[in-house]
Amino acid sequence: MPQVTFIEHNGTAHTVEAELGKSLMEAAVGNAVPGIDADCGGACACATCHVFVEPEWEAKTGARTEAESAMLNFAAEVKPNSRLSCQIPVTAELEGLVVRMPEGQH
Amino acid sequence: MSDTAQQQIVIVGAGHGGGAVAASLRQYGFKGGITVFGTEPIPPYQRPPLSKAWLKGEADAASLALRPPAFYDKADISLRLSTTVTAIDRTAKTVTTDSGETVGYDWLILATGARARRLPIPGMDLAGVLELRTAADADQLKAALGPGRKLAVVGGGYIGLEAAASALALGATATVIERESRVLARVASEALSHAYQTAHRKRGVTIELGAQVAALEGADGHVTGVRLGDGRLVPCDVALVGVGAVANVELARDAGIACDQGIIVDLAARTSDPAVFAVGDCTWRPLPHYGRDFRLESVPNALEQARQAAGAICGRAPAAPEVPWFWSDQFDLKLQIVGLPFGATHTVLRGDPATESFAVFHLADDNSLRAVEAVNMADAFMAGRLLISKGSQLAADKICDMSIAMKDLAQP
Ligand SMILES: Cc1cc2nc3c(=O)[nH]c(=O)nc-3n(C[C@H](O)[C@H](O)[C@H](O)COP(=O)(O)OP(=O)(O)OC[C@H]3O[C@@H](n4cnc5c(N)ncnc54)[C@H](O)[C@@H]3O)c2cc1C
Ligand code: FES
Repeated sequence: MPQVTFIEHNGTAHTVEAELGKSLMEAAVGNAVPGIDADCGGACACATCHVFVEPEWEAKTGARTEAESAMLNFAAEVKPNSRLSCQIPVTAELEGLVVRMPEGQH
Repeated sequence: MSDTAQQQIVIVGAGHGGGAVAASLRQYGFKGGITVFGTEPIPPYQRPPLSKAWLKGEADAASLALRPPAFYDKADISLRLSTTVTAIDRTAKTVTTDSGETVGYDWLILATGARARRLPIPGMDLAGVLELRTAADADQLKAALGPGRKLAVVGGGYIGLEAAASALALGATATVIERESRVLARVASEALSHAYQTAHRKRGVTIELGAQVAALEGADGHVTGVRLGDGRLVPCDVALVGVGAVANVELARDAGIACDQGIIVDLAARTSDPAVFAVGDCTWRPLPHYGRDFRLESVPNALEQARQAAGAICGRAPAAPEVPWFWSDQFDLKLQIVGLPFGATHTVLRGDPATESFAVFHLADDNSLRAVEAVNMADAFMAGRLLISKGSQLAADKICDMSIAMKDLAQP
């Protein structure tokens, strides 16, 4: 299982094992990483699983889906490397992935 | 925060709200004891997938869990499953359980949720007549569905329509029987109802509107059909009754806590007893954006109130009230609703329902936005959320103009 790292806004890092085929959001929630709320449980409906993908990883995490883009356009603190982590499938390629989290999801 | 280490919190109900309030308490630094009692045998889980991804077989049981099982031990939260709280003694500050145990509390949080409404008609006790509220209900429904099976859904609400859509994905057929002249009659605009009827029929669901249900009929104790008021029979192997939910208020009411259609709470989720909070489907709560009280049945509501209660107990400053919202997934239709149509006098359509990508904007007389129902149009939902919270007024001719981006509408 690939290891991925979530960095909280205050700098605290959480490295967890992410199950292949599940979403990056599920890896965070399943390991009780604080800072990913995921209110809708991955339905791409709430935008409370927002992360910033470190630039060197953007190619491997892929492009935003259309619905995801529409959600992110209105999320707080949105940046060009913003993603909804429930829309990023965990693949073997993501071994070592680092994402950062915004100050809050609400 | 005052020193909480010596305090005891009892949470009644280990559902979405009960699980969330326990987690929020620890996140906000509560140091004392937390005990969560739940009637169901499994740790807090998410109900929305029970009629959607899980029912279709696209999500496994583990993915339903609100938190990983190890979380509760690590966070020192005592989960007391398969245990029902039967009484509250507010003078002694104790609760009693069905195993005869009495447990004291400094703070009590009620998260008892709601239960499926039952129909007063013959045949409700036949095998194969199901409701859909719990994981156990969902297991039964899933086991009864499959290629060639016939599902009859009594009630054209969100859960019934989602179940019908999932049944088709499993190769079953589905007939939705609705008493009103349109599906989603209590919870959606006419435009939305019509779009969903069309979408379901187009994909193969049969919908009977304005249809009374006289009885559920069976053979050898198992359901075989739904008898309509006009005498027709809708044959089925399994009948799902989804005609709304009733708040579980009895425990609170018997203890003398003020109730309406739910347990009455304020914006800190506090009940008429300052030591008792209530969160989620069981509450009757203020809606500050609408100047009235209401009962909401949604995950975002349970989560907001969980944060309100935990924040109040931990002495945090209250957060700004959220605009209520909800989602529903049926087939490839992604519905997101924000706000409530209270005070709305007219609607404006953005996009064309025939394309299955559109939004209904609900406006008050002064053109202030009250609600948005968005189908496959996430930006209209997100913009609506912002605009309603700001109390913004909108020009109708701009909303329906698809050449104006939602982003520009949201920043007038
Ligand atoms: C099939 C289905 C689909 C849904 N889809 C959506 C959706 O798409 N979006 C959305 O926002 N919402 C959806 N909802 C609604 C959402 O699941 C609820 O709003 C949410 O679960 C409310 O949380 P709660 O904690 O208030 O109640 P619940 O999650 O119902 O939890 C209450 C718990 O308390 C227990 N309990 C009750 N009394 C006692 C007692 N005396 N002692 C001990 N335990 C007790 C009950 O057994 C239950 O486990 C759906 C609901 C269902 C059933
Ligand atoms: S979990 Fe809700 S959008 Fe990702």
